[in-house]
Amino acid sequence: MNKDDLIKTICDNVIQGRRTKDDEGIDDSLSGTPGVVELVGEALAAEVSVQSILKEGLSRGMDIVGKKFEANEYFIPDMLAAAEAVSAAMDVLEPHIMKAGLEPKGQFVIATVLGDHHDIGKNIVAVLLKGAGFQVIDLGTDVPADRIIEAANKNNAQQVGLSALLTTTMPEMKTTIEAFKKAGLREKVKVLIGGAPTSKEFAKEIGADAHCKDAFEAIAVAESHAGSR
Amino acid sequence: MHQRKGVLVRPVERLSTEQIKMIDQASMAIFADPGIICYSDIAAGYFSDNGAAVVKNSGDGGTGWIIKIPEDMVRKVVTTAPSVVYLGARKEENRLILDAHEPRVRFVSGSETNVWLESVVRGYVGEDDPEDKLRLVRFIRRRGTVADLTRAAHVAEHLEHLDSFIRTVNIQDEDIEESTKDVNKFFACLNNMTKHVMGGLTDVSQLDNVIRMAEIIAGGNEALRGNPLVSFIACVCKSPLQMVADSAEKMIEVAKRGFPVVISSSPQGGSTAPVDEAGMIAQINAEILSGVVLAQLVKEGAPVLYGSVPTRARMEDLHDMYGAPEFNHYNVDCAQMARFYGLPCYSTAGIADTCVPGMQATVEKLLSHIYVPMSGAHYVHYAFGLLERTNTFSLEQAVLDDAHIGISKRLLAEPRVGPDEITEALKQIREVMSTSHRLFARYVRKKLHSGEIYPGYPFANDERDEVLLGAHERVKQLLEKPVPHLPQDVIEKIYQKVPGIVTRLKQEAKSE
Repeated sequence: MNKDDLIKTICDNVIQGRRTKDDEGIDDSLSGTPGVVELVGEALAAEVSVQSILKEGLSRGMDIVGKKFEANEYFIPDMLAAAEAVSAAMDVLEPHIMKAGLEPKGQFVIATVLGDHHDIGKNIVAVLLKGAGFQVIDLGTDVPADRIIEAANKNNAQQVGLSALLTTTMPEMKTTIEAFKKAGLREKVKVLIGGAPTSKEFAKEIGADAHCKDAFEAIAVAESHAGSR
Repeated sequence: MHQRKGVLVRPVERLSTEQIKMIDQASMAIFADPGIICYSDIAAGYFSDNGAAVVKNSGDGGTGWIIKIPEDMVRKVVTTAPSVVYLGARKEENRLILDAHEPRVRFVSGSETNVWLESVVRGYVGEDDPEDKLRLVRFIRRRGTVADLTRAAHVAEHLEHLDSFIRTVNIQDEDIEESTKDVNKFFACLNNMTKHVMGGLTDVSQLDNVIRMAEIIAGGNEALRGNPLVSFIACVCKSPLQMVADSAEKMIEVAKRGFPVVISSSPQGGSTAPVDEAGMIAQINAEILSGVVLAQLVKEGAPVLYGSVPTRARMEDLHDMYGAPEFNHYNVDCAQMARFYGLPCYSTAGIADTCVPGMQATVEKLLSHIYVPMSGAHYVHYAFGLLERTNTFSLEQAVLDDAHIGISKRLLAEPRVGPDEITEALKQIREVMSTSHRLFARYVRKKLHSGEIYPGYPFANDERDEVLLGAHERVKQLLEKPVPHLPQDVIEKIYQKVPGIVTRLKQEAKSE
């Protein structure tokens, strides 16, 4: 495979959400062929530039997936699988990105707040953020404010995402934001909130920077914050 | 042989084996007393010649005959009816094999409604709030024409779940007489679709013209025998227990020619049959079996379908009531009776009592769109577009019914649980549990894109109920999508050899 074909095949595999040769795609057209992990390895060995792999292979693939989603041709599982494929490729690329002197989009700490064990939405956001090129520190569920602050501080995170599904755990979002203030870190991080009972009004009320109605808005907001840094 | 798949179900057994036998015995007892009143001398002759007791009817002013078919004769003759009936189609993949021993359900249109529901979209503004604007589909009732039948066939060709076509509207054009209705309606259907076409005959003298038309399309008599593009329906018995001369003799002529024919009966529980299940099923079973026996006496091995169209009477006006749970019970029972005799079952589901598409129609239809196919009935007619019982047809409703039948088919599909599925499931569970997100979403994709799993309601709208607007748009799309008309030389030959087809049907096909 020449360099152009390699990049195109990486892009095709992102569109099909295939991490490795063992993954199935949305159909059988690529079954048994290398996935993005193997292809990125091949591309690096063939001295394809990291920038080309990132821009023309991975990002282009995600752009196409996004457009297909907007056209109702793709669904959330397709977005997630594509993001997983990009995320797997990023693990391979990471040392090469550093070597090439490229800057990551930033560090993003994400957690479901204390008392709440619901994590589907939070997990979807985490996968899509990774696929979009963020370094994601996923703290899981039922996470107290002090652990979130500690992780943000330790990883020098620019953004924090808080998730809650229950009306009873929503106040914990406010507690976490207040704790960031007390720790003197509030100005250093943007706080995004999301989850079924939350709203723009609630975000404003508790002093969050943004409310994200779904995972796609979360990615858009995170991208816009990263872009304005 | 290729065929339309329909849906293979694991049939519900509403009646126990013992109950089926009791009904069978009751039907035999009906044959013995009071017997069947037969108004056809020809049919009475067949019964008499083959050992049934036939005596002149002393009632009804002395018209007709009382036929008493001995049980052993019924048993012997019914077994000569084939348990597998082939229905051909212009396209090979649209053929159907109806096998009494395989509970594979096909969904079919029908029947001859008088009213065609034309639709228009109108805008409305709130009386007290001019900003509150609505677009609604409104309906106009009018008499059906052959052009409407052409449109119905066109749409039906594109409906994914419509497996076979029975004309949906009675053609009431002023220039089409009773004697030429059959050739016009069969041509309008066959020229606009590649699925099987079934229909009743208005005039038995037109049977050979319809067969000639089908022969020309199939490529000759032998080709038509191997691929019967057309089949027929004869409501041999008028309930209760009266064999009608006109339809019995139509059925006799079809059976003589060896074409598949539905022996149908449509008693109404509470008026022309007992309302109770036991009495209704015993009676309709006797009515249908009398027709099956007659068909086999005419021609041993004649392909017949056990045509059950039992309904319930609506007590305020004695019209049919199809939204009744009893209607569903009757039809499921009949499918079981057909299976008992080893005959493919022509059944009934999906009719609404209301006159317009909407919530009531959906509820009434869904009851039977789901429950009747659970019986494993082979050929479920009336399933598309019928409203106001069977008096009105709507294309929008047909499109909605197609979507709902699609859901029903998914509901009825057999479970897929086997060693391969278990292995795959364990693999997925282990893989997903090793990830941070623990989501199974990636494994849904292939099934989602291939249509294996339910994608969601096709006319969904979260803001307001615009299902009918969606159906209206879908009808427009389907009418714009071309259909494979018959080749021009075939059309020309049909017009040369089959008299009475109006010229506009040829022109409409050309102009598309």
